[in-house]
Amino acid sequence: MSSVLSPTNPPSAAPPKAILHVQNLACERDERCLYHGLTLSVQRGELWHIKGNNGAGKTTFLKQLAGLHSIDEGDVTYASNTTKVIYIGHKLGLKDQLTANENLSWLVSLSGSSTQAQRYDALEKVGLRGYEENLVAHLSAGQKRRVAFARLHLQYADLWLLDEPFTSLDQQGIADEQSWLRQHLHMGGSVLMTSHQEVTVDGVKILDLGNYALANDLFKRGC
Amino acid sequence: MLGFMMVIIKRDLLLIARQPADFLNPLVFFVLVVAMFPLGVSPESALLSQMAAGVIWVAAMLATLLSLELLFKHDHQDGSLEQLLLAPYPNWSLVLAKVCVHWLVSGLPLILLSPIMAMMLFLPYDAVPALMLSLMLGTPTLSLLGAIGAALVTGVRGGGMLLTLLILPLYVPVIIFGASCVAAAVLGMPISAYLALLAALLIFALMITPWAASAALKL
Repeated sequence: MSSVLSPTNPPSAAPPKAILHVQNLACERDERCLYHGLTLSVQRGELWHIKGNNGAGKTTFLKQLAGLHSIDEGDVTYASNTTKVIYIGHKLGLKDQLTANENLSWLVSLSGSSTQAQRYDALEKVGLRGYEENLVAHLSAGQKRRVAFARLHLQYADLWLLDEPFTSLDQQGIADEQSWLRQHLHMGGSVLMTSHQEVTVDGVKILDLGNYALANDLFKRGC
Repeated sequence: MLGFMMVIIKRDLLLIARQPADFLNPLVFFVLVVAMFPLGVSPESALLSQMAAGVIWVAAMLATLLSLELLFKHDHQDGSLEQLLLAPYPNWSLVLAKVCVHWLVSGLPLILLSPIMAMMLFLPYDAVPALMLSLMLGTPTLSLLGAIGAALVTGVRGGGMLLTLLILPLYVPVIIFGASCVAAAVLGMPISAYLALLAALLIFALMITPWAASAALKL
């Protein structure tokens, strides 16, 4: 059973620097090779911005790292079995018929626990004060995304996997989120994210999936 | 692990309380099918009491099938299935929790309604305990086996028909032993053999479902 650490209280023991190794990873969808030979090592405190055209396999790549998509070729290894990962995908995993507070409650309790005060606090941090007991169905797209991100303030995780986290956020929301990213990196966490917008965080590393695609050949199928 | 399952069960029961239509539809269907039979066939009590066991069992099975498609569907659509699969617990516990909820809101109400349906079809009173007992052992099996199909068609558009085709053959033994159990009770014969067979099917389903459905969910 894993415990929940508040973001201000990361694990004290000095953890190993590398957090994730990707070795020679390939991805094939519908007999089309999206990328192959992808090798990557993610260190603590690093933010990787994954780029690529539409259909380049950004979402699939994040899912492979999270363990939600099968891996046919290559390896994804985490530094330890206890590495905590939070994945927030395109589909946010929120239940429309539950309130923001209730949604956070069940999401966090999958791997820990939280009190109502903590959840209200997290919702205030993402700018949703006063919306705690509103049904998620009645929130706007941007507000839903903020509810999902409130989880990042409730649970400590070593690695954040974020798929298009800036979608439907307003300017202020994007700026806020970038500051949370910086804070997370500062505490020794790592982030892998996809985005079509620029990420203005110091030391951001770019991974362009286009570099791992096969040359465009209509007759060649598979990897 | 139990805590994890309780989180899912509590969450899903709350969701059903907020949106009761998903849960009421199959029950209304069950009652309507049984209620229409005397109108369609004949209101004669002798004929109806002979068919009662089969009609109630088939209606219960169809009502279960109706609600099964949604078992993982909403969770898949809004992405919460991904979050559940990522939780640091084996995926079979997720399947078991979902099946538990499904039985609580579909199987259990069917069992509670069955005496009334039995009355409508002139089933002899002596056979009512046998009907309820057989449903008690049979409906969890229907929920369990159905979960395998539901997991397989998750993410398939209009998977309802496919689910029916996949699962119906697996339901055949449950229907046969369930209905014969009640028929035997009507004739005043011992029913323990049928109950034992239904229990065996339940144990079998309990063994394979968590494993098969969690494997299917990851496809």
